[in-house]
Amino acid sequence: MSESIIRVRHLTKTFGEGEHSLDALKDINLDVQEGEIYGIIGLSGAGKSTLVRCLNLLERPTQGSVVVNGQEMTALSEKELRKARRSVTMIFQSFNLLMQRTCLSNVCFPMEISGVPRAKAKQRALELLEIVGLESKADAYPVQLSGGQCQRVAIARALATDPKVLLCDEATSALDPTTTASILALLKELNQKLGVTVVVITHQMSVIEEICGRVAILDNGSIVEEGLVTDIFSNPKTDAARRLVYPNGVPETMVAAHGSRTVRVAFNGGTAYQPLIASLAIDCGVKVNILGADTRNIDGKAFGTMLLGLPEDPNEAAKALSYIRSQPQITAEEVENDA
Amino acid sequence: MLEVFTAAFWEQYGALLWEETLNTLVMVGVSTVFAYLLGLPLGILLILTGEHGIRPHKRFNQVVGWIINVGRSLPFIILMIVLMDFTKLIVGTKIGVKGAIVPLVISAAPFIARMVESSLSEVDAGVVEAAQSMGASTFQIIWKVYLPEARPSLILGGSISMITILSYTAIAGAVGAGGLGNLAIRYGYNRKVDSMLFITVVLLIVLVQIIQSVFSRLSASTDKRLK
Repeated sequence: MSESIIRVRHLTKTFGEGEHSLDALKDINLDVQEGEIYGIIGLSGAGKSTLVRCLNLLERPTQGSVVVNGQEMTALSEKELRKARRSVTMIFQSFNLLMQRTCLSNVCFPMEISGVPRAKAKQRALELLEIVGLESKADAYPVQLSGGQCQRVAIARALATDPKVLLCDEATSALDPTTTASILALLKELNQKLGVTVVVITHQMSVIEEICGRVAILDNGSIVEEGLVTDIFSNPKTDAARRLVYPNGVPETMVAAHGSRTVRVAFNGGTAYQPLIASLAIDCGVKVNILGADTRNIDGKAFGTMLLGLPEDPNEAAKALSYIRSQPQITAEEVENDA
Repeated sequence: MLEVFTAAFWEQYGALLWEETLNTLVMVGVSTVFAYLLGLPLGILLILTGEHGIRPHKRFNQVVGWIINVGRSLPFIILMIVLMDFTKLIVGTKIGVKGAIVPLVISAAPFIARMVESSLSEVDAGVVEAAQSMGASTFQIIWKVYLPEARPSLILGGSISMITILSYTAIAGAVGAGGLGNLAIRYGYNRKVDSMLFITVVLLIVLVQIIQSVFSRLSASTDKRLK
């Protein structure tokens, strides 16, 4: 494994003092490898936003160590910290663009404050707008853009100082599913093309599943589970993880009672889900049970997850599984059945 | 019947009206500029050191807030009398246009500080946080985020401040400063020239309307949030 670009040890953040103090984060340990897309997921109030702000020291940890890009962030002077922040940039749920500046000028902003000559900054900003597909909007103001376009400008702005790490704080939570998918695709592309490490904070499992390699589950200020997304999906060990993987609480008794192989299918905006079940029966002659579903149809596209019980016959089950996996915009993970 | 519409009235008072209108404009203009030189930094300090500011400092914020509140609770006419010796020290006279400017500035500055504080508090905290996350210094956040983002609101606040100062100049007129207020007292009230009272009121109304519409237009035309 490559060197950790983010290394957090025994991080604690306490708000307030004395009786009214609140431990927002408790003994967090975290390693993010250079070049990966790392997810941090938790329900609201779990401490995700505080954790991500401890990585660039927008929040100063009460205790513990935060090493980013080889620098102990908590030991830096204010001036050094401002410089260090240029390589750990951030995008936000509400985009946070400067409303009185054009898109181009917004992208120039971080270069302006770090002293890049104006002409050079402008040229770089235009390149970045082209990368995010918004070169035609250079002279538009944020109010004239859609949410997705605003987030693209914010991404271009975050990339302006050639960061090593891009922190995404609920960056797609204010966007509709189609736009979310396109922003996630952009982040993935930037991660691959530019090698920028991406840390994604979200409460949506679908976001993690779409782009993250590894994930940490944050619950009530502590990391309760951490590992490969595929492992956590197929075998969530803690209650917190199960709540996130099955937001509507797929009844475990039902899964257990079935006793056969179970597969979790995620729809990422492809065809609607009914035809999948129907075509499974028609094309493969395999019948599956829907054990639980949390799907939404938006503009004829399906988003969400479904838990399917496969036939007991191993051949039929394998056939069904490979058929599901061959569908576009659908991912399938087999779920361990302990019963 | 008012004599305002007669040639004789304008022959007698025209030059005086013109001169005092200019005096009013000078008092308002100069006082507004100096009051902003004091009030704007104070308003910025209030925002920076406030509970959700980027440089929170409870004690400092309370002290500055208290001084501002004291300044705002003194009626202008009282302040003017209290400050007379100070005024003489600064501008060399207690009366006239020059004498009015010092108390006008001292009186308007705390008011402006609160106006500025209110305008800056409208700037989205997320945008400020974004600038911090990019490594902006406090000065850069003031200069490149707070002030430009609050610009339309600051301009509107400017019109309110200016109109407030205009009304103060009328009060100052009663205590020896020049300007339209002084004309209204001297001629309209003391000498019972009704036309003078009438015309000074009309001129003040016109001035207020002009200030308001110029600033409103300026504010709207610089606000990029309006399409």
